[in-house]
Amino acid sequence: MFGMISAINDRLNQLRQEMDQIFREFAEDGTPFGGPFPALNAWEDDHNFYVEAELPGFRIEDVELHVRGAELTLSGERKPQEKPDVTYHRRERAHGRFHRTLELPVPIEADKVQATLSDGVLTVTLPKAEAARPRKIEVKLLEKK
Amino acid sequence: MSKELTTDTARTPSVPAEPTYTGPRYVPQVDILEDEDSLTVLADLPGVDPKDVDVRFENGLLTIWGRVKPRQPEETAYLLREYGVGDFHRTFEVSEAIDASRITAEYANGVLTLRLPKAEAARPRKIEVKAR
Repeated sequence: MFGMISAINDRLNQLRQEMDQIFREFAEDGTPFGGPFPALNAWEDDHNFYVEAELPGFRIEDVELHVRGAELTLSGERKPQEKPDVTYHRRERAHGRFHRTLELPVPIEADKVQATLSDGVLTVTLPKAEAARPRKIEVKLLEKK
Repeated sequence: MSKELTTDTARTPSVPAEPTYTGPRYVPQVDILEDEDSLTVLADLPGVDPKDVDVRFENGLLTIWGRVKPRQPEETAYLLREYGVGDFHRTFEVSEAIDASRITAEYANGVLTLRLPKAEAARPRKIEVKAR
């Protein structure tokens, strides 16, 4: 009896390991596995954060941006194009709603945020709040009298 | 009505046909629909300049190429990097008889729309029988 249960347990463990392996392979690929939409790339310079997302088929009015403190929220919708009397052979392009929030390391000047949507790529420029910008400190050497 | 979106950019590296340069290539997501007169292919090609879209139809193979210029310098330190940027490439075998001379392509907002009109069906012909 115990022998059988332990055999089942072994088999279950083995299955779990195989599943873990499959998921790990996807993750190592850098491929989000059914992750949040849209996928984001972000980088920064001294003055700004930049957040980029691929939103093909969206118009700028389909996308909403909200900034509060250090938090950026992106939301929007791509509506399905329903056409009568057509047969779909493939339907891979996603449609529906999205809502995604990103916490940036420092506060943002909300009224100076800019966004462009060009050829389906959204780029948001988020100026860092004055107080959060790196400063260059002038070091003056005082002559000793 | 509307469903919650998830990122399904399960971006499969495309199978390259002996590329002459290296760099990532991705399979664009497509919709393919058919009505009485034509096949329509919609392909998501974000970040492609319209003049860098290359569409070919040859021997029943439809090939879509979208060349993507790097948007950031290679040495950029990303705070977040959830997707790769690279060319889009995908080939389809089209089994329908297509009138290749009437194929049209449009690109707007990162989406390529291809219309492939079906060829006129071969008309029934009356075969003349010559009397000798």
